[in-house]
Amino acid sequence: MTAEVLSEALTIDKAQEEIVEEFDYLGDWTERYKHIADLGRKLPPFPEDQRLEENKVKGCQSQVWLSGHLNGKQIVFDADSDALIVRGLIALALRVYSGRTPEEILSTPPEFINKIGMSEHLSANRANGLQAVIKQIKRYAVAFQARTETE
Amino acid sequence: MITPYDVAKVRADFPILHRLVNGKPLTYLDNANTTQKPQSVIDAVTDFYTTYNANIHRASHLLGELATRAYEEARVKVQTFLHAADAHEIIYVRNATEGVNLVAQTYGRRNIHAGDEIILSTMEHHANIIPWQLLCAETGAKLRIIPINDAGELMMDEYAKLLSERTKFVGIVHMSNALGTINPIKQVIEMAHAYGVPVLVDAAQSAYHMPIDVQELDCDFLVFSGHKLYGPTGIGVLYGKRALLEEMPPWQGGGDMIATVTFEETTFNEIPYKFEAGTPHIDGAIGLGAAIDYLAGLGMDKISTYENELMAYGTDLLTAVPGLRMIGTARAKASVYSFVLDGIHPYDIGTVLDQEGIAIRTGQHCAHPVMQRFGVPATVRASLGLYNTREELDTLVRGLHTAREIFGE
Repeated sequence: MTAEVLSEALTIDKAQEEIVEEFDYLGDWTERYKHIADLGRKLPPFPEDQRLEENKVKGCQSQVWLSGHLNGKQIVFDADSDALIVRGLIALALRVYSGRTPEEILSTPPEFINKIGMSEHLSANRANGLQAVIKQIKRYAVAFQARTETE
Repeated sequence: MITPYDVAKVRADFPILHRLVNGKPLTYLDNANTTQKPQSVIDAVTDFYTTYNANIHRASHLLGELATRAYEEARVKVQTFLHAADAHEIIYVRNATEGVNLVAQTYGRRNIHAGDEIILSTMEHHANIIPWQLLCAETGAKLRIIPINDAGELMMDEYAKLLSERTKFVGIVHMSNALGTINPIKQVIEMAHAYGVPVLVDAAQSAYHMPIDVQELDCDFLVFSGHKLYGPTGIGVLYGKRALLEEMPPWQGGGDMIATVTFEETTFNEIPYKFEAGTPHIDGAIGLGAAIDYLAGLGMDKISTYENELMAYGTDLLTAVPGLRMIGTARAKASVYSFVLDGIHPYDIGTVLDQEGIAIRTGQHCAHPVMQRFGVPATVRASLGLYNTREELDTLVRGLHTAREIFGE
């Protein structure tokens, strides 16, 4: 729902800014986590035919799936996790990165994560879900960029 | 005179327990993962580097003599701690994992062949599974697995059925890191010995919770890690009976493990040095010695009594949390609460608890077969150490209620 509407309406930078503003209104960490959990619940269902071993994101303590396909010049992502916090963070990442061109994806660092106080989710900890998802999104961008260049 | 266990005084010995995490006092309940270090251990390591750092067994100067003495005195402390007959039965390794690998690669390679069987249990840590799987892949031997019941207890009647003339080795965990179950290892050992089969005990989890007497147990090998025993990381112990160790071939080659070397032939040093190639973890051994002194000062029996009382308090508290399912409800159990909370992923619980300054572990605890046995993808694990308090368990339960509030619909 909102994720798609917003990403169509906003540039990639605006999408990040909007997330940061949204979190500015929230109070202490319990409110932030409640909001993230809500976003997680609202993440559109992951297409079951994409729930494949090859779409599993490695290096997460929770189970995470990510698939991407080209829609014109943009990459559209679907993602899922069995942990609600991770689902919510993924929902935020998709608001920024889904429906963007490979160039946009590759030139945009996930600054919103630091700005909303979720930087620990991008730590070096191997158990971390979001870090691995964003890496995988960038890998998709590199792959699709290479493909469109050779065509 | 009986001195009561003074947990406030104990806590004062551990500097890290006084720091804040995410603005909250640290509630450290991840002891099965690793334990915190008392000041005396930190001081022992610092003192080594500050006043007598030198290589051991080969220096002709005072510092080398002091370092060698401290390293070997620590070995005697380990011997006393385990009630071993002889300090030469104590081999320094990096951790319990390396101890198991050493036995698999030396005793195992020499004595276990195609068609032979190695018995392990469902509740082994991967450290006591993979080294034997590697050996089986190399030799054609087979693993046989003792099942566990719904409480997470070893099924001894099934074990009895697995034992046969084909059994050549038994590896058994003393206390499960994923369930907290304490196994009846004395009985496991007796039954194996009836077939003339040696037994390795993985004491990584038990060594810091209860007194251990290797002679009374009559185990053939026993391993533990220093970092779980309130000592430094990177140092662990393999205990082995002298006769077995002497018969085993060396594992890693290098300095200090030899008697004489020519390019045609090398004669090996005596045990334990035959198994300690190269410059060892000298400060680790010294720190481990200090940790053992610390535990001996408190008394392992007193630590055990205190932790068991605390354990019972926490079990009552946690089982009253709505939707909480305890994984592992063995009658003989210590330190570990492994559980799932209805409809909430363990990772989400861990994330919320971290915000409250509570350190626990979530995941599969390097014991995938246990998770498979109980049909759970992962658990939350809180585990006690000698410095934990009832108040900390209250904090844990409050954190779980917060998680329920955030993640419950």
